[in-house]
Amino acid sequence: MTAPLLQVDDLHVRFPISGGGLLGTGKRVLHAVNGISFELAKGECLSIVGESGCGKSTTALSILGLQTPSEGMIRYRGQPLTGPGAPGRMERAKAVQMVFQDPYASLNPRQSVRTSLAAPLRLHGVTAASEIEGRIEAMLKNVGLTPEQAARYPHEFSGGQRQRIGIARALILEPEIVLLDEPVSALDVSIRAQIINLLLDLQEKLGLSYLMISHDLSVVEHMSDRVLVMYFGEVVEEGGWRNIFEAPAHPYTRRLIAAIPDPAAALDPTGKQDRFADLPQFTGRRFVSDGSTSPDVFTAPALSELVEIGENHRVRLASA
Amino acid sequence: MRFGFNFWLGAGLTVLVILAGILAPWIAPFDPVLDADLMSSELPPDATFWFGTDAQGRDVYTRILYGAQISLTVGIVSQVINSMIGITLGMTAGYWGGWWDDLVNGLTNVMLAIPSLIFALAVMAVLGPGLPSLLIALGLTNWSWTCRIARSSTLSLKSQGYVQAAQTLGYGDLRIMFTQILPNMMGPILVMATLGMGSAVLSEAALSFLGLGIQPPFPSWGSMLTDARQLIQLAPWVAIFPGLAIFLSVLGFNLLGDGLRDSLDPHMRTRKP
Repeated sequence: MTAPLLQVDDLHVRFPISGGGLLGTGKRVLHAVNGISFELAKGECLSIVGESGCGKSTTALSILGLQTPSEGMIRYRGQPLTGPGAPGRMERAKAVQMVFQDPYASLNPRQSVRTSLAAPLRLHGVTAASEIEGRIEAMLKNVGLTPEQAARYPHEFSGGQRQRIGIARALILEPEIVLLDEPVSALDVSIRAQIINLLLDLQEKLGLSYLMISHDLSVVEHMSDRVLVMYFGEVVEEGGWRNIFEAPAHPYTRRLIAAIPDPAAALDPTGKQDRFADLPQFTGRRFVSDGSTSPDVFTAPALSELVEIGENHRVRLASA
Repeated sequence: MRFGFNFWLGAGLTVLVILAGILAPWIAPFDPVLDADLMSSELPPDATFWFGTDAQGRDVYTRILYGAQISLTVGIVSQVINSMIGITLGMTAGYWGGWWDDLVNGLTNVMLAIPSLIFALAVMAVLGPGLPSLLIALGLTNWSWTCRIARSSTLSLKSQGYVQAAQTLGYGDLRIMFTQILPNMMGPILVMATLGMGSAVLSEAALSFLGLGIQPPFPSWGSMLTDARQLIQLAPWVAIFPGLAIFLSVLGFNLLGDGLRDSLDPHMRTRKP
């Protein structure tokens, strides 16, 4: 069996927090990510969902190499992306790229579109001016812009157009994996669908694998093949999107899905109806983070494990 | 780019000072040092001596033209030194953080705690009077504000998406600092540098006034003010014109800085068709 495209194995990220106590002696450790494991296959779109501060962005930064993991391994095609054998920024750049959340902050205001697309190409050894120009032109067409717009500066574009430029920049080095950090949440609702469809088209056309980070479940439902639900640094449920959205097992997943505005339910004359069946019961076990205890980021989580509860569907349980 | 009225006024005054300094040997009616004549001392302004004469009978207009050379050299060179030190320390401290940041912060705080004129005096005392030591003294004493601005700008720019994007695209640290961070913080740095040019001209005047800067009989605006001190009631023009020259050039540098800041703001830039 060949190695998966991207493999994250038991990833832990902890931040030492100083402060508190006299002379800053009250050192504490914040557990941002606690033992995340997942695999990303070629051509797949995997979404990580969860509330702010649950560790999803930290996970993404670790994959990009902008955050050093405390423990665990990240592998790209079987080769380590972290630890002693990790590649430099240059090699990593060709494997993983990122589309940022805020299109207003993610483009350098002093660089024209052409400059911000040409510089990475030159950095990675493409020197012929005609080739650079050709690749920029092709990429701008790919993301739905015209080659004439390359001479412009970011402030001359709308939010949706800026996000297209951000996508073009992420794809210009032809990476295999693209991290999407809330790719449409900063955009107007009317523009979101265009960008989502653009991302789906590009995925098919270029054979990309997406790892999407989001708290917007409606976008996740539309784009993902698989979903990972994170809560306080742990995966509490994972599975195919159909399992997650149609038969969520964990109470936290249910709360997230219940937060999606649902016009059909609102218009239902019978009043409030629980959309899902009763919570499944497991003898001798209970859900982790089921609300019985309040989670604390400064202590390591209690022992628990992901249990297979159906085909391509796992949920985190601890012994009761 | 669009420039406002202030920019053109500042640029005009600065160009005027630069032209005065460069063209002094050709347009000055007299020699600044040798044409001393005690018979014609302390004459009020007239057709021959536009700005009057000083206690030694030298033409004040001529000496102001030559003094512009000193003031410009001091203003520009000391600010180039200041900005280079401030940007280098501040940008690397903000970007890398850690112990280097602590060290630079400590150094900046020490520099801010020492009155800069006193520190410049101490440097001048070690190096001796004269133009080169004046440049070194003023270049080493006023970088702390530039450093702070560079550091804080770097800290805020570092978390911008485009800096993270540059990291993921494989850019090295130095390349990120020079292509992504530095161009985006040049606005405040340039404003600091032009304001600093004004204050460097004033510091030069102060040091020369104290007798540590340019040595007599060579003219600088500060040393001219020193000489004029005793005459202020008898012959006020000897003090007024160098004072006016300092005022106008400092005003020019400051307006230039403000105008540059406004026009360097990319949101005000429109694309050339």
